[in-house]
Amino acid sequence: MQEELITDATLVSSYIKGNESALEILIKRHKQKIYSFIYSKVYDKDVAEDIFQDTFIKVIRTLKKGNYNEEGKFLPWVMRISHNLVIDFFRKNNRLPKFDNSGEFSIFSVLSDTSLNAENSIIKEQVEYDVRRLVDELPEDQKEVLLMRIYNDMSFKEISDKTGVSINTALGRMRYALINLRKIIDKHNIVLTN
Amino acid sequence: MAKNYTKISIETSNDLKPKDETIDFLLNYSKALSVLKSAKVEFELVLN
Repeated sequence: MQEELITDATLVSSYIKGNESALEILIKRHKQKIYSFIYSKVYDKDVAEDIFQDTFIKVIRTLKKGNYNEEGKFLPWVMRISHNLVIDFFRKNNRLPKFDNSGEFSIFSVLSDTSLNAENSIIKEQVEYDVRRLVDELPEDQKEVLLMRIYNDMSFKEISDKTGVSINTALGRMRYALINLRKIIDKHNIVLTN
Repeated sequence: MAKNYTKISIETSNDLKPKDETIDFLLNYSKALSVLKSAKVEFELVLN
């Protein structure tokens, strides 16, 4: 309670005269404000910790050397020191966010758009249309199994139940459907890529 | 129910304060630091 009543200016002059505990009060009084300010600029707790420490090392050295100008207020002065150190940090590390592609790090390696562009979307539609036409060329029993398996996502058990053939027959029809599709594709040199 | 993705205000966060070790370091550094001034030269002494 008593600590709150003592002004910053009184504490500073007390510290300059050699009262070390005055510094403790000053640091504890302003630590959150100063640390939050630094953190709001660098968004890294470790870096904020380092800059906070460097700020007060500068404060301590300036006060001990007797170079502190008492005209200004203590907190804005400390804030100015920390602000300058934040600028130094960004200059030194060149860590200002850059969104160009000149450096090693590209923001687009992290942010990618997986949706198809207009060209790929047209190609995809064309490929799907071609596949459907090829499937239509298959014998009816093979086509039926392939459509149920691939387009309706049914299991061979379900296909077997629905068509009234054994699972092995359904598997065989699926196998022949794929073999025949490959044959048609090879024979006509059809390219089905996106 | 809609989720609110509200950014926590930095100023109101109580987590944002330096570690106690950092404060201790600074206080010890201050106690260890002496500045000697002569006519032309200034010395900084850090005593462990």
